[in-house]
Amino acid sequence: MIEQHTIALAGNPNTGKSTLFNLLTGLKQHTGNWAGKTVDMKAGYFSHKDRKYEIVDLPGTYSLYSNSADEELARNYIIFEKPEITIVVLDATSLERNMNLALQVLEMTGRVIVVMNLMDEADKRGILINEKILMRRLGVPVIKISSRNRTGVDMLLDTIDRMITGEISTEPVTVVYDEETEKKIILLEEKAENIFQGRLPARWVALRLLDGDQRLIEEIEKRFAGRLEDGFAGRASVSTIGRSV
Amino acid sequence: MALQGEQASQRLEDLFKEAGHLSTPGLRDHVVEQLYKKSSELTAAGVTYTKSGHDEHSEKLDRIFTSPVFGFPIMLALLGAVFYLTIAGANVPSAMLADFFSWLEGYIAVGFEKAGSPDWLYGVLVLGFYRGTSWVVSVMLPPMAIFFPVFALLENYGYLPRVAFNMDRLFKVVGAHGKQSLTMAMGFGCNAAAIMSTRIIESPRERMLAILTNNFVPCNGRWGTLIVLASLFMAGSLAGGTQLLAATGVIVGLVLFGIFVTFFVSWLLSKTLLKGVPTHYTLELPPYRKPKVFDVVIRSSINQTLAVLSRAVKIAAPAGVLTWILANVTVGDTSILLHIVQFLDPMGQMLGLDGYILMAFLLGLPANEVVLPILLMGYLSTGAMVDVDGIGGLKQILLDHGWTWVTALNMMLFSLLHYPCGTTMVNIYQETKSVKWTFLSFLIPTVIAIFVTFIVAKAAVFFQLI
Repeated sequence: MIEQHTIALAGNPNTGKSTLFNLLTGLKQHTGNWAGKTVDMKAGYFSHKDRKYEIVDLPGTYSLYSNSADEELARNYIIFEKPEITIVVLDATSLERNMNLALQVLEMTGRVIVVMNLMDEADKRGILINEKILMRRLGVPVIKISSRNRTGVDMLLDTIDRMITGEISTEPVTVVYDEETEKKIILLEEKAENIFQGRLPARWVALRLLDGDQRLIEEIEKRFAGRLEDGFAGRASVSTIGRSV
Repeated sequence: MALQGEQASQRLEDLFKEAGHLSTPGLRDHVVEQLYKKSSELTAAGVTYTKSGHDEHSEKLDRIFTSPVFGFPIMLALLGAVFYLTIAGANVPSAMLADFFSWLEGYIAVGFEKAGSPDWLYGVLVLGFYRGTSWVVSVMLPPMAIFFPVFALLENYGYLPRVAFNMDRLFKVVGAHGKQSLTMAMGFGCNAAAIMSTRIIESPRERMLAILTNNFVPCNGRWGTLIVLASLFMAGSLAGGTQLLAATGVIVGLVLFGIFVTFFVSWLLSKTLLKGVPTHYTLELPPYRKPKVFDVVIRSSINQTLAVLSRAVKIAAPAGVLTWILANVTVGDTSILLHIVQFLDPMGQMLGLDGYILMAFLLGLPANEVVLPILLMGYLSTGAMVDVDGIGGLKQILLDHGWTWVTALNMMLFSLLHYPCGTTMVNIYQETKSVKWTFLSFLIPTVIAIFVTFIVAKAAVFFQLI
């Protein structure tokens, strides 16, 4: 059997995330929702260079805290299902606002490709983006595309491929918080690492717990309680992903 | 090394407790602030502007589309335009499809005769199954094939978030969430899908409001009924062009009434069962984008239209068979169907309807698409078996059963206001995980539907309008 690699697609609403998803998967996807809005997660498939990929279109969200069911769904997928690559789609015309989500994802996983979509629009408005600087500072690949004009997609596919083969390794940037918070984070991080032993990103867990993320605590309890000893792996239960996957 | 299960969960609990002690209320703000700072640092380093960087085009348009003066009139005009296009455009292809199916039925009938099939088999398969499904296809397919792509184009262009923006003020007043208008927009397509779309609403209280009131937006399954009845009874004596306008006006009026009921119920609930203050949120207005017309039209026609239609046919087929059986199996000297009709008739008359109509709504619980076909089959199974040739023949059948414009209006109102379809209720249960709220989502619309139709029926008699 050919191994199938998993990719998650995250991003703010209205960044052309679904357009990219459609472009990559063509009609090989499960749809059924109304008027193109992603209200549930859609999964699609594509192959590139003899490798098969399953790509999941996460709900478009502005953050990945537990504000809404949508955010939780996207968050849980990245944290517990551990896609091999998470692509964060940003609107190139309003990077500053969009960058937030990228930073939040980077706290959760380092296996990230940042995609600047709507480059055609940005060019038109005279917005010049130096992706090399951003790549260096973020520590992950940054790729400019226009999913509407289908430019930059080859580059994206290539980067995905090279990330899977291990040719590209990432060194995600760490956002450093104020001293007091950092002290608390380090204290909790150590303990979390002891318990989860790499199964969850300890620093992120520490940060979320400090934020009093009750829903995350419940989710961890649901997925981990009493099961830590039998080697909980990433793919716990598919049913939590959402109906249409 | 494996951990001991109990020990591990103990340590997990300790971790949570410790985090609880360390957690401070201001921490989230710190974190978010830091993230924003980092974001602007990164953007400052990596982005340069050669022009203003603003989207002047969108800003100009927004000054019109979201203006306090023009916002609402434009919204209404667009709503009207979409419905006008749907009604006007659907007439001819609907009639053509109906002709085609009845032409085909002639041949099928001959085939059955030649094969020497028994009457009951012909009845179940052709009069029940075939007529039921072909009716649904010819009445539903054309409006859907117009409505879905037009709506999707509006959304793709970026107009829908502006609707939410305009409506936000009104929703605030009744204690609901502005994003509810987006979920309502989805309700025009399918209430069941719209229930899932309420996930975009952050706070559970306002999300529940959106779930409980979504049904007051007529879904695609009810368009068929509304459009047909509006064109038949609400514009009868007018000439061609004005007839269409009148029918459109009635539909727009119904939609507005549904929205009014939505506001009223939201207000009532947020004063009683769902008390609370609306939460703050940011609504992003994305730039207007030239829609990819071809992609959108193809995708929405294929995905949405076929998905909804296949569901309709899947349910219409067994419903057609069931109706035929009910109409043709007799207990005592009358059919089961007539027993049900007679039982429901007093209640129906009280609401300005009749027993057949209530039966159709009951049997139509799985999907609103089948209400009108079932009603028709009910009428036809007892009267003389005539072929419905086109929409004119349909009107004759209804008139023969004592219909007036009040009957039509009340059926439209009942359709607009009554309980959600089976699929929607299943979704409501899945999203709320609560029997109580699911039951309320059934009870509230039903009570309102009964109340409103009752009032209209009594008023019509009182003012001697019929």
